[in-house]
Amino acid sequence: MRIELQDVEYRYQVNTPFERLAIHDVNLVIEPGTYTALIGHTGSGKSTILQHLNGLLQPTKGKIQVGDRTIEAGKKEKQLRPIRKKVGIVFQFAEHQLFEETVEKDICFGPINFGVPEADAKLLARDALKQVGLGEEILGKSPFDLSGGQMRRVAIAGVLAMEPEVLVLDEPTAGLDPRGRKEIMDMFYQLHQERGISTVLVTHSMEDAARYADEIVIMHKGTVYQKGSPNEVFSQPEQLVELGLDVPDTVRFQLRLQKEMGVRFDKPCLNIEELAMEIKRVMKWGERS
Amino acid sequence: MREQLVLLDNVVFKYDGQEHNAVDHVSFDVFKGEWLAIVGHNGSGKSTLAKLLNGLQFPLEGKIIVNGMELSEESVWDVRKRIGMVFQNPDNQFVGTTVQDDVAFGLENAGIEPEIMRERVKNALKRVKMDQFLNQEPHHLSGGQKQRVAIAGVLALQPDIIILDEATSMLDPRGREEVLETVRELKEENVLTVISITHDLEEAAKADRMIVMNQGTVYRNGTPREIFQLEEELISLGLDIPFSIKLAKSLRENGVEIEDRQLTDGELVKELCELNSRM
Ligand SMILES: Nc1ncnc2c1ncn2[C@@H]1O[C@H](COP(=O)(O)OP(=O)(O)O)[C@@H](O)[C@H]1O
Ligand SMILES: Nc1ncnc2c1ncn2[C@@H]1O[C@H](COP(=O)(O)OP(=O)(O)O)[C@@H](O)[C@H]1O
Ligand SMILES: [Mg+2]
Ligand SMILES: [Mg+2]
Repeated sequence: MRIELQDVEYRYQVNTPFERLAIHDVNLVIEPGTYTALIGHTGSGKSTILQHLNGLLQPTKGKIQVGDRTIEAGKKEKQLRPIRKKVGIVFQFAEHQLFEETVEKDICFGPINFGVPEADAKLLARDALKQVGLGEEILGKSPFDLSGGQMRRVAIAGVLAMEPEVLVLDEPTAGLDPRGRKEIMDMFYQLHQERGISTVLVTHSMEDAARYADEIVIMHKGTVYQKGSPNEVFSQPEQLVELGLDVPDTVRFQLRLQKEMGVRFDKPCLNIEELAMEIKRVMKWGERS
Repeated sequence: MREQLVLLDNVVFKYDGQEHNAVDHVSFDVFKGEWLAIVGHNGSGKSTLAKLLNGLQFPLEGKIIVNGMELSEESVWDVRKRIGMVFQNPDNQFVGTTVQDDVAFGLENAGIEPEIMRERVKNALKRVKMDQFLNQEPHHLSGGQKQRVAIAGVLALQPDIIILDEATSMLDPRGREEVLETVRELKEENVLTVISITHDLEEAAKADRMIVMNQGTVYRNGTPREIFQLEEELISLGLDIPFSIKLAKSLRENGVEIEDRQLTDGELVKELCELNSRM
């Protein structure tokens, strides 16, 4: 499913003393089956954009095309449920939204809410639980008896059980330990590849953005500052540094070597192996010894 | 001589209804003026340790000594004046309606006189560079600013030790750096001993000492250099190793003769420079 934002603006609490322009002039296309990373400072408008992707927020200007539906500013939009089912959002600290007595009920809540018969929802729940690396033995447990990491996985399973076509992830691994982070990110990537699920990831980890995304969108002060492939975006690392954003560890190291040793790299290296070989090459160690 | 501030001696703790001990026969010391990083997988018992040190929970077995005083239901109020905690979620830490009220709250509870209180609040907020925000409402601050106010709340009580329980994990990189820089300065001024519970390996690499927790027990206790020697072992515990060590390893595998484990980018760049001049 294709999503397109055209000249989108959003103001919180319009016509109150607290009115606040959160995003403006946002133009963005999420092509079917792509992986997009959205990066930028806290407050740059990332979460606000995400909530437009499934109609949770309606633009105060501009329009959004989600599949064959158009959501326009100023129009009363009804029947957004089909969109909410097709575009699943994993919110930040998603475990805070768990509320049912058992894990099974929590995961089934979404599908049942969207009209899936209970028996089918239970099958979906089992499947989703397996996806996130948890065993069926926890289905009957209270989500609140689980560890933080397990609760996060249950919350993610609840979104997966709705079988979305587009997955929207708002810093899904914040607070997890390194292994948990990698497992969850690899799981999303596998879903993306095997099932062709379009994925939109908000992250502060430039490593994840570089590793998984086809396109990186940099948000700054409420609007799109730059977009491009990881190679394009990280070939001008000075720009990111100027905005006060991170660059991948590998690129940061390249910058430092350039500065302190006067060597020059032709391209950004986006993984360690590549960087090691590039270092060897630019220093001509292979040839001299 | 290192001066011992805290001693944990064979501490055991289990939550009601849980099968396993959350903290299982744990012993270690904390020395005055050090930065101790505690790392470990989710559920390895780190937060439980923090709660035990702060007297929010009490050991089922073993004992905790703080400044020569055994931590117990009787001594807990004295101990809490010595050990301050900052938690993960900046939004859950506020009680006051303004920044200065919030910092004053702990002092009021401790029965400090208003005059002294005002002075201490101002000083503490100055230390974390938030003295421009005295009358702001906390929920209008950024995450990094909120955590700095939380730190000021701890500082105002003039503790010896501050425990950061993943205090930067909900912040963006800029907020994280602000908070760590603030704590680093306080430590440099010899104001504080720091126990930092973290998943940030680059941060842990800068600590004086590290403790690796695994399933409720102390798996290793040593300098970052010693700990990160463990490389693959750490990864099998669900942890990670700093970037510079991974890169050095990859360089070695590609035939570049890097000797030691370089804990920071700076160390590795230096080593590469030296190598280059010898070639
Ligand atoms: N519920 C809200 N009410 C008013 N302003 C908000 C609300 N949520 C976000 N904002 C404001 O909108 C802007 C963008 O916020 P957000 O989309 O959350 O950014 P990000 O996700 O990049 O941190 C910020 O200035 C923020 O303060
Ligand atoms: N309030 C609680 N009730 C029951 N079990 C708990 C509670 N808090 C933590 N636990 C359990 O104790 C163990 C250690 O948890 P914790 O100290 O929070 O680990 P960490 O901070 O390293 O992630 C885990 O198995 C966790 O599930
Ligand atoms: Mg956000
Ligand atoms: Mg914890």
